[in-house]
Amino acid sequence: MQWETVIGLEIHVQLSTLSKIFSGASTAYGALPNSQASAGDIALPGTLPVLNKKAVEYAIRFGLAIDAHINSPTIFARKNYFYPDLPSGYQISQLEYPIVEGGQVNIQVADQEKTIHLTRAHLEEDAGKSTHEGFHDKTGIDLNRAGTALLEIVSEPEMRSSAEAVAYAKTLHSLVRWIGICDGNMQEGSFRCDANVSVRPIGSEVLGTRCEIKNLNSFRFLERAIDYEIARQIDVIESGGKIIQQTRLYDADHDETRAMRSKEDAHDYRYFPDPDLLPVIIPQKWIAQVSAALPELPKHKQQRYIQELGLSSYDANVLTTTHDLAEYFEQTIVHLPEQNKLCANWIMGEISGRLNKEGLEINQCPINPERLAQLLLRITDGTISGKIAKEVFDSMWQNDEASADMIIDAKNLRQVSDDGAIEKWIEEVLAANQQQVADYRSGKEKAFNFLIGQVMKLSRGKANPAQVSTLLKKHLAE
Amino acid sequence: MLNASLRQLSVLLTEKKISSTELTQTFLAHIKALNPNLNAFITLDEEKSLHQAKLADQMIAAGKATSLTGIPIAHKDIFCANGWLTTCGSKMLANFIAPYDATIVQLFDQAGMVNLGKTNMDEFAMGSSNETSYYGPVKNPWDKQAVPGGSSGGAACAIAARLIPAATGSDTGGSIRQPAALCGISGIRPTYGLVSRYGMIALASSIDQAGPMAKSAEDLALLLNTMAGFDERDSTSLQREKEDYTQDLNKPLNGVRIGLPKEFFTEGISQEVADAIDAALAEYRKLGATLVEVSLPHGQYAVPVYCVLASAEASSNLARFDGIRYGYRAEHYTNLEDLYTKTRTEGFGEEVKRRILIGTLMLSHDYYEAYYLQSQRIRRLIAKDFTTAFEQCDLIMGPTSPTVAFNIGEKNGDPTQMYLADTYTCTASLAGLPGMSIPIGFGANKRPIGLQIIGNYFREAQMLNAAHSYQRVTNWHELTPPEMNLS
Repeated sequence: MQWETVIGLEIHVQLSTLSKIFSGASTAYGALPNSQASAGDIALPGTLPVLNKKAVEYAIRFGLAIDAHINSPTIFARKNYFYPDLPSGYQISQLEYPIVEGGQVNIQVADQEKTIHLTRAHLEEDAGKSTHEGFHDKTGIDLNRAGTALLEIVSEPEMRSSAEAVAYAKTLHSLVRWIGICDGNMQEGSFRCDANVSVRPIGSEVLGTRCEIKNLNSFRFLERAIDYEIARQIDVIESGGKIIQQTRLYDADHDETRAMRSKEDAHDYRYFPDPDLLPVIIPQKWIAQVSAALPELPKHKQQRYIQELGLSSYDANVLTTTHDLAEYFEQTIVHLPEQNKLCANWIMGEISGRLNKEGLEINQCPINPERLAQLLLRITDGTISGKIAKEVFDSMWQNDEASADMIIDAKNLRQVSDDGAIEKWIEEVLAANQQQVADYRSGKEKAFNFLIGQVMKLSRGKANPAQVSTLLKKHLAE
Repeated sequence: MLNASLRQLSVLLTEKKISSTELTQTFLAHIKALNPNLNAFITLDEEKSLHQAKLADQMIAAGKATSLTGIPIAHKDIFCANGWLTTCGSKMLANFIAPYDATIVQLFDQAGMVNLGKTNMDEFAMGSSNETSYYGPVKNPWDKQAVPGGSSGGAACAIAARLIPAATGSDTGGSIRQPAALCGISGIRPTYGLVSRYGMIALASSIDQAGPMAKSAEDLALLLNTMAGFDERDSTSLQREKEDYTQDLNKPLNGVRIGLPKEFFTEGISQEVADAIDAALAEYRKLGATLVEVSLPHGQYAVPVYCVLASAEASSNLARFDGIRYGYRAEHYTNLEDLYTKTRTEGFGEEVKRRILIGTLMLSHDYYEAYYLQSQRIRRLIAKDFTTAFEQCDLIMGPTSPTVAFNIGEKNGDPTQMYLADTYTCTASLAGLPGMSIPIGFGANKRPIGLQIIGNYFREAQMLNAAHSYQRVTNWHELTPPEMNLS
């Protein structure tokens, strides 16, 4: 039988607010355990939650970026359960009237574009952390993370493969960083995914029984966990078994998912509106202000790059992976108008390559957009060839003060377009390579390229290649 | 001096006829003599109190005194007070020393009042008789066989016995008004959100309200002036301009329309209470008020609705007492589940467990719609009843409690009977309205009777005016229990 996979993702995005969602305690990562837990974060009796306005603003920002509906009033609810790292015995979250409802993002898998719809995104507080290392027979509780603002983004079950799921997660990862609401640091848990996976016979309209894989904190694990789970579910069904609705964990060491708890031991969370927090009314005026302050979104930039700058859809996509990269590109073309494609190629090629190799981000690039543009200008005006430009680029990377012109002059790399000078090099090469000249004249085309190579080498790359080719042909014809 | 009003004490202090230290010592001595029989206090800390008195004397000397500086007060043990044991009447918090101040504790401290201790209360404010306290029942000073009412029974007892001139209390279903009535003192539950809940250990967040308790309406007005106000640490706190609750105290009552809900005068009310209310209303007529009949048709559902909502919220609010971070922890346990179970089994009393179980059920998936949501809908209808009633009248009056104080142990075996003690008080609580109780006489056994006054939202000044007008022409509020040895 042919199977179709159905995947929905829940993504927990840690909002980069400086203080927690319901207390004034700091959210800085890596502080001494329990040094950032206020009286409210440890749920001392009598303490009360006060909503962080910035967290609401960030949620609105996200809602606007995905063309969703912003609910007003939006309501906070308590989700009740006992756990040692949940100090109040309930998590403040949202159930009915979440702040963000609906919305969509476009993803790209291979050359296919696809729209994924979102169900909702709601605000909630994070729990603390239990640590088992270093405590003999005991568990340590660190409540520094307790109360950190999270935005839980829930998609419709519209993804059909792990590749789509990863593309969707990456799109959101890029978007939340783009609009400045999350640092996207997956190692520190700022961006974590739960995947709901089920399979059904192709053509079936009924959803299969799903399993939820919790807490996937890298795109690679997301992909592998989903692939493992799909294979497992098909295997179970094809060998006559039934899928049991479960929560599962992905074990990266063994590359498999394992059952954590079944639906039968699911909690009754006893959700109810939090009586300590009144319904939050979000004025239209505020939404308009947040909207006005939003940066141009990646989807809009992509359209503009394609339509106004004449870039390919692929280039537009790559250049809008992060806001900083797009910003770099746009600043480069300001200094070098009409050369969008050249700029794009260099940024996606040389710049990205070097950054990757050295583990740097675009905002740490030693060559700023203006300097890059100066270098590229020397290619377009014929001062140097593309090949020499790469040599100049290397020098500029090492020395962040020197301009392209300074390096070109210091190393005497200016392209030579003077016929006389080029002819002198040609004559020298022809004299030294009689055999190849004879080969060419007897019809061996390959020899011509060898001779060009020799001239370029002799000129140390400075000779204008087009001119070399023309003049060489002329000389050989004599 | 023990029977003096706050204003009288303030004059004595500012005219330096007495120092705060002397005043504090006088009250502490009285507490020491009588509290062992009454059990009104859970915590006394003479050293801390005298230190505060010394600071108050310095404030007075420096000319920085407020009208409350140097006057003793006691706080219900539901309010966190920095450095003080704050137990909420429970074994669960028997070792909990609060590391911070509740907003109202802080406000009274800043005003220069002297904290004489923490008063006894029903465990986690759950009770109408003060018998559920881990620290034992409080006695009614008018008759030690009788309960003082709950849950602010310790405060009501302490004021009635003149152990303290003023105290803080909290009122969810009626926990300021009912013990005030049963002990013959005055107490007001302000409009929901007028006084900060920050630092008050939560029973039912959407109904809980802190308020002052004292001998007279005038004293309440002075205390409310300090307590009321917006607090950014409480999201349900109301942002409105400060008011002076003493300003209307001497306004004539001519033309004031008093609404009498017919549902408050039918079943369950004892004859002696009905008679005392009649007499008080006659007094109001003499003062120029007119009486009109109003109706609160949904009031009959108030107790069950209150039980559902208060228990539901309490079940969630009390989840934090799990033995992990503070408070009581069971000594022997085998795993996490066992730690939770044993801690909560051993740490909570019967009434608390009963309400947690009811509340958990009310919120559970299968019952939420039928009980919790349905109760919220009825709650809205109850509030609407009041809105309609207040179109016909300015204030609503009726009994605070259907009966005078019952005997200790009398209703212990029957929680339903106990819940009915809040019949007349929890209606206003559910609507978020202000309500108060003032003493208007005694029943057969010399047990006090209270009149309940309910006002429209933010009409505390008007309510206090009505109460004060009555207290100017009567002296019920000045009477003291026999054997209290006031010299």
